[in-house]
Amino acid sequence: MTTVNDTVFAGLTPLPEATGRAGFGGALRSEWTKIRSVKSTVWTLTAAVVIGVGISVLFSWGEASHSKESAAELAQRDLVQHSMFGIMLGQLVMVVFGALAVTTEYSTGMIRTSLAAQPRRLSVLFAKLAVVTLVSFVVGEVISFASFFIGNHFWATRGVTVGLGTHGALQAVIGGGLYLAGAALLAFGIGTALRHTAGTITLGVALLFVINIMANFMPSSWQDDIDKWLPANAGSQVWATQHTADTGTAFGAWSGFAVYMGYAVIALIVGLWVFKRRDA
Amino acid sequence: MIEAVGLSKRYGDKLAVDQLSFSVKPGQVTGFLGPNGAGKSTTMRMILGLDAPTSGTVTVNGKPFQQAAYPLREVGALLDAKAVHGGRSAYNHLLCLAQTNNLPKRRVDEVLALVGLGAVAKKRSKGFSLGMGQRLGIAAALLGDPKVLMFDEPVNGLDPEGILWIRNLMKALAAEGRTVFVSSHLMSEMEHTADHLIVIGRGRLVADCTVQEFIDNNSELSIRVRTPQLEQLGALLTAHGGGVRTDGEDALLVTKLGMSEIGDVAFDNQIRVHELSPIQASLEQAFMELTKDSVEYHAAVPAGKAA
Repeated sequence: MTTVNDTVFAGLTPLPEATGRAGFGGALRSEWTKIRSVKSTVWTLTAAVVIGVGISVLFSWGEASHSKESAAELAQRDLVQHSMFGIMLGQLVMVVFGALAVTTEYSTGMIRTSLAAQPRRLSVLFAKLAVVTLVSFVVGEVISFASFFIGNHFWATRGVTVGLGTHGALQAVIGGGLYLAGAALLAFGIGTALRHTAGTITLGVALLFVINIMANFMPSSWQDDIDKWLPANAGSQVWATQHTADTGTAFGAWSGFAVYMGYAVIALIVGLWVFKRRDA
Repeated sequence: MIEAVGLSKRYGDKLAVDQLSFSVKPGQVTGFLGPNGAGKSTTMRMILGLDAPTSGTVTVNGKPFQQAAYPLREVGALLDAKAVHGGRSAYNHLLCLAQTNNLPKRRVDEVLALVGLGAVAKKRSKGFSLGMGQRLGIAAALLGDPKVLMFDEPVNGLDPEGILWIRNLMKALAAEGRTVFVSSHLMSEMEHTADHLIVIGRGRLVADCTVQEFIDNNSELSIRVRTPQLEQLGALLTAHGGGVRTDGEDALLVTKLGMSEIGDVAFDNQIRVHELSPIQASLEQAFMELTKDSVEYHAAVPAGKAA
């Protein structure tokens, strides 16, 4: 094994002179290294793509090959959103990704090592947030665009042409990726506040999924007021091409997305406060 | 240089660190000594800003650690060798730390080679032995060529070779003019490495002195006297101002009197003495003596074994 001589760093190349201070650029590179260098986050993102696109394909194929509707009737439906149905499950995997990106720092104790290397906490948190945002956005867009294009292939077999030129399609497909990124950010915010993987995933899935099921059991007079505010319902408007905004029972594309992101922002603000103030 | 002034930390209604003031100087190994639960780790966490002090301040090289331009160049710390993501390779673990401080990539390879982990650089740290994990933690501490090094119980669970390696490393780092602050709950460990001691118990400062001063002040010389006339001699020595305890069936442990005084008293009173020998209390005993009132968790002494 190594023996230590009089000078510990004798064999090492001297470090370059330090100028300036450790800042955001280094923090970004560090957080990117963290995301790509562990299996859990890499596999979660892979799973998001496989499940998101896979379920989309399954549903488009099913509808296109089994629906009794005529081409004209099919064309009346929101086929763009139908193509991307896998987002409904993909969002849950994105919740897992957003959670793991921060909670594993706590479950492993790595956070103490991270903050000993960069004690300016907001630098660490914002770098992590930026990397999670970018990665989940890119993966989200991959899922929505792949689902959309594969779906179009199935609609074409029924004689219905859907493309990016279809009314509202481009916005809805980009919106699909945004919606998925939002799910990751919601979980990231919750995870920063809770510091616990299982608790974060449970709460994230509850907010995006379980709460909708529960709403179904409420008196219908309440549902009209409450339904549109549920995170998934509000957020889903951004990946739809047909809206019922004018009836008052749903939000429009961007107003719905704003409500959806509002939940994520609230979680992120709570998380930021906890991250800054609480002992690591 | 680490300087703490009136440092306190309260968890709920428990005061973990109580008005601690001390300074750790460069060029020597400073041992941070105290029983388990004395507040050593909490103090180190406050130095790094991981825990916020309830009151008081602590600075590293003249300013709070949060304000260090390049934190890894100021302080290299090994607080907990397990505080790593086990799924990440040793190389990537060090890389993500180096990147935060804009340290060159080659530095990662170099410190890995330095601590003897070059061959397992690409292996996930999950599979590392205790000693390898400790070496990885030390590699992280050395990344930034730091002026201050902090180690929390670095030899815990290491084999003798690993212990020797860390001791020599700490001495070499101090010899280079760096500040080396190392905690332990074992006095015997500090005896071998530290030049200076900061001793705490229940969060309070108990002693802040050189190791030699600590020995001189705290390990009282006592003299063992073996005699068949135990009670008679004991009473006489007490009358002469000695501190007298029995040591077994036929011997006394005497303090505050010299060997010649004890011999003279025995001779003057025609008492047989079969043995007269000096006993230097070990540092371990001195440490236990000093902190016995401040140990948080006492083990019950088994009946019949009580001294």
